[in-house]
Amino acid sequence: MELLIFYPIALMCVGLALAVVLNKNPINSAMCLIGMMLGLAGIFAFTQAHFLAILQIIIYAGAIMVLFMFVIMLLNLKEDADHWMAREKNKLLSGLTAVLLVGALYKIIDVITEAKFKAPTAVPDSFGTVARVGEALFTDFVLPFEIASVLLLAAMVGAVVLAKNKLD
Amino acid sequence: MIVDLIVTLVKILFILAVTVGFFAPILTWVERKQSAIMQDRVGANRADILGFTVLGLFHAIADALKMFTKEDFIPDGANRALHTLAPIVAVVPAILTFAVVPFGGNYSLFGKEVNLVIADLDVGLLFIFAIASIATYGYVIAGWSSNNNWSLIGAMRTAAQMISYEVTMGLTIIGVLMVYSTMKLTVIGAIQEDFLRWGIFLQPLGFLMFFTASIAENKRIPFDNPEAESEIVAGYFTEYSGLKFGMFFMAEFIEIVTIGSIMTLLFFGAWHIPFVSTASLLSIFDFLGTTGSNIVVMLIHVGVFFTKVIIFIWIQMTIRWTLPRFRYDQIMKLGWKILLPLSLVNILVTGIVILALQ
Repeated sequence: MELLIFYPIALMCVGLALAVVLNKNPINSAMCLIGMMLGLAGIFAFTQAHFLAILQIIIYAGAIMVLFMFVIMLLNLKEDADHWMAREKNKLLSGLTAVLLVGALYKIIDVITEAKFKAPTAVPDSFGTVARVGEALFTDFVLPFEIASVLLLAAMVGAVVLAKNKLD
Repeated sequence: MIVDLIVTLVKILFILAVTVGFFAPILTWVERKQSAIMQDRVGANRADILGFTVLGLFHAIADALKMFTKEDFIPDGANRALHTLAPIVAVVPAILTFAVVPFGGNYSLFGKEVNLVIADLDVGLLFIFAIASIATYGYVIAGWSSNNNWSLIGAMRTAAQMISYEVTMGLTIIGVLMVYSTMKLTVIGAIQEDFLRWGIFLQPLGFLMFFTASIAENKRIPFDNPEAESEIVAGYFTEYSGLKFGMFFMAEFIEIVTIGSIMTLLFFGAWHIPFVSTASLLSIFDFLGTTGSNIVVMLIHVGVFFTKVIIFIWIQMTIRWTLPRFRYDQIMKLGWKILLPLSLVNILVTGIVILALQ
């Protein structure tokens, strides 16, 4: 029953992720990426992490990708072969990336197949709820949380400084 | 199991009937009538069946017929797939929001607890927010895929405006979360049984900002720059006709109902009557037996909820026909320089008050 939900979503995610890379049209790629993120949110919700699923939609599908679309439209990139084929000249870089990717995938698969899974334990009702995630974030993981916020603040200040220099 | 499924199905059908079947067509008529009254005109009264006009109510039917029979036109050079996808992406989130909106409380009918919400999510409030942000794509790709510069300008304005006001909306929601300390919409509704704990008293500034931001999200006057007729023809839906145009139209009207429901739910006591608790209502109708009294109270609550929603719809209509359109830079200034700092102040003050009262 659960696999009946999991496999279609997983297939959709992989298919859309491939479409992002293979599409020639930037807007189509962006749309496929949004679909992929929604599918990912579905997988999160499926594994009881409802809060994470909603955050995935709000932050990635809702906020970041809108900005992507905004920039793509601002540049008004059409299906312009000259612009989008430029990457093909860099064969060395493409090859290196492929080697790295295969290496990483090999390691991941190796670890997963070696791992011995215990019988799944029942998750408590509070698992993945807002209260539980908040509790973990502000007790066990408060230092990474604060460091991440400082990082975001620095990025924000940096963006303002860059924009300000251009304006003055 | 089967009974649960049927109950859920009934709730889904009820919501669809109320939003798509009742409010969306009626609101096209209300909008015309409201503008007519406010501008001292007679208003929609031409559509008639066998000489009967019934205050112009048949205009809704005429509209629907017109949309169904019009040619579905896709301009040259447009991206056909995205052009067709866009109105669907716009209208589906508008309807989907109602999945988590409770339109009544808990009732025991025939020995079974029935909760008047389709999906009682732990993250209900965030769900509305997340789904609303998906709707942006409908408008943005509509403008982009039309291969029309007016449409593109409309799409850019939509993207900029919706991102800007989503920030305010999100930060205002935090204030609401702080006073109710839950995201579950059914619990937020239940807490407001106490008249003094209505959202409007706990978060007055939050209410004003949330209302402003949600009208901006719905792109209605005074925030209708994405479709400003006098500047960019019709903005993102310039190249749409027939039922596809109708879907954008429907999305806007359903969103009016959504805004009304969320306002009622978060700030105006949801399905509760001031000073009348559910228990006292139940005791009044005690002579009907448990199921009977529960049914009567349920009907009263649903009625109260939708009455409040209708009041908010009326307020939105009045705003729409009262104010002129803001200039584009004014909208951005209002969003980033006034509402954003104010919503941060709201969070700070709410935090201080909660801390002081502890």
